[in-house]
Amino acid sequence: MSTSSSAISSPSQLEAPLVAPPPREARSGRRKLTPGRVAQYVLLALLTAIVLYPMIWLFISTFKPSSEFGQNPGLLPENGTIDNYFKVLEGIGGIPLWKFFANSLLLAVAAVVGTLASSSLAAYAFARIRFRGAGIFFAAMIGTLLLPFHVIIIPQYVLFQRLDLVDTFWPLIIPKFLATEAFFVFLIVQFIRNIPRDMDEAARIDGAGHLRTFFSVILPLIKPALITSAIFTFIWTWNDFLGPLLYLNSPENYPLPIALRLYNDQTSVSDYGATVAVSFLALLPVLLFFLVFQRFLVDGVATQGLKG
Amino acid sequence: MTTQLEPRPKTVAPDLPTSAKPSQPRPGGKGIRRGSKQAARETRAGYGFLLPWLIGFFGLTVGPMAFSLYLAFTRYNLFTDPQWIGFDNFTRMFTQDPQFLQSVQVTLIYVLVGTPIKLAAALGVAMLLNAVTRGSGFFRSAFYAPSLIGASVSVAIVWRAMFNTDGPVDTGLSSVGIDIGGWVGNVDLVLPMMILLAVWQFGAPMVIFLAGLKQVPRELYEAAEMDGAGKFRQFRSVTMPMLSSVIFFNLLLETINAFQVFASAYIISNGSGGPAGQTNFYTLYLYGRAFRDGQMGYASAMAWVLLLVVAVIAFILFKTSKSWVHYAGDNR
Repeated sequence: MSTSSSAISSPSQLEAPLVAPPPREARSGRRKLTPGRVAQYVLLALLTAIVLYPMIWLFISTFKPSSEFGQNPGLLPENGTIDNYFKVLEGIGGIPLWKFFANSLLLAVAAVVGTLASSSLAAYAFARIRFRGAGIFFAAMIGTLLLPFHVIIIPQYVLFQRLDLVDTFWPLIIPKFLATEAFFVFLIVQFIRNIPRDMDEAARIDGAGHLRTFFSVILPLIKPALITSAIFTFIWTWNDFLGPLLYLNSPENYPLPIALRLYNDQTSVSDYGATVAVSFLALLPVLLFFLVFQRFLVDGVATQGLKG
Repeated sequence: MTTQLEPRPKTVAPDLPTSAKPSQPRPGGKGIRRGSKQAARETRAGYGFLLPWLIGFFGLTVGPMAFSLYLAFTRYNLFTDPQWIGFDNFTRMFTQDPQFLQSVQVTLIYVLVGTPIKLAAALGVAMLLNAVTRGSGFFRSAFYAPSLIGASVSVAIVWRAMFNTDGPVDTGLSSVGIDIGGWVGNVDLVLPMMILLAVWQFGAPMVIFLAGLKQVPRELYEAAEMDGAGKFRQFRSVTMPMLSSVIFFNLLLETINAFQVFASAYIISNGSGGPAGQTNFYTLYLYGRAFRDGQMGYASAMAWVLLLVVAVIAFILFKTSKSWVHYAGDNR
């Protein structure tokens, strides 16, 4: 099968609609602005405002002094200040803010590395190797997609407690290296299945084993799926609350979501400004990721049904 | 050499587990009869590649599930040995634990009210976006953003602040004469507030709906219009059947996800599930029982009840889907 004519090299092109849109002039050019069309856009603009309002509110509120919370119901601060940020940078309970960021970053990066390595290996096995038991294990893997994680958190906790790993990062990192996030295995399997078999058959005929085929043929071809998996893993891990809540007890090990709770518990009455500022800072990397990679993310959801 | 690949055929519904499940993987190769020696080599390679997943699957999923099932029939506090008590945990749950029953009720309301509203919003906005030609990419991204951050602690904090007494929502409603005060401490309003937080994250299912809508052949609408079908009739007779597999997928996923809401309820109620247990969602109650009260056995029993409920719901959805999910090329 020829791969040249319809070949694409970047995932953003993957989302080219099956039915080509009419040429630009025809669809945007002189189309009349009917009242119905105007109403559609007004409605959409209104919806956008409502949907984005909480985030806008959060951002602007970080410039409100704490005393204005509950006093000034307006969106804009009366006496704008950036003191909240300075206060927040000092940290809480003797731990500087950067420490929480570093913990979050370490966990997220480890999760990305582990997920990509283990999921792509498993996906290759499911998509390309014919072996006894593959069908059953694939079905089981799909089954774990629907498994409520609360069924396994208690025994997992007991396990890691017996291994004396509570209050370390290991219980949060080890599972990622064991491909426990079935979504990504599934996503990569789907992606590999759409790669023409000729490509790896050719490599096999040239004498390459599965390892060679995987590393030199398949891996370069599934880059888009790997990027999508990496971004989602990063964001999910960054936002994860239950895992760190279960396993990390010492404040110096806290990632941001748990540290946020500290602010929220201890300062919500007196220092709303700090809470809001740190909430915004915690969200900032995710929002930046989103702005840069929105195409990847949204198309990943559209084609794979990944949850956000 | 540049690496290039075939465009992925754009499937509407993300391939559903069921369709992908059977008889994978397809026979590789070109009809060469594989010798048993080669088969053995393939098997070795297969398990080699699968090793990390296998360790995780048995060590962190199957094993824990079995242990959890055992714990469900015991009294266990992590420090002394589990003590077998038969079905006591289960009978206690349904007969002597009003908090449990309330958490079931609160969770069911959240799932059964929130999920349909969320999906309806997702479908409605997807149809609106499908109709506009310019800027739909921007709107799509903007609407999707909440799905990405909705479960985060930051958003829960924002949500609580927004719905608090004298917060933006309260002041906004007061200014139009609706004086209902803050939602967070209000027994009747805190659950609707949580549902709104779920509905706010309509973007993920919306994106999936939108991809589905793009696949509906335009000729179908044109044919329907020529037959004199109005907009509503077109929606009922063209859009709904053509989207049914996507609706099914979204319904299944969103329902299962809704059962597992945790972080936002935890943050908004400071872990208490209050006021008056109105945010004491199933998972929050389970967490409290296990890790605050040290009742690991009881919590394990709760987890298995949740698993059964989710399994039954998935089973019912799959079974009934035969009668309402229409697959292209299906001549029924």
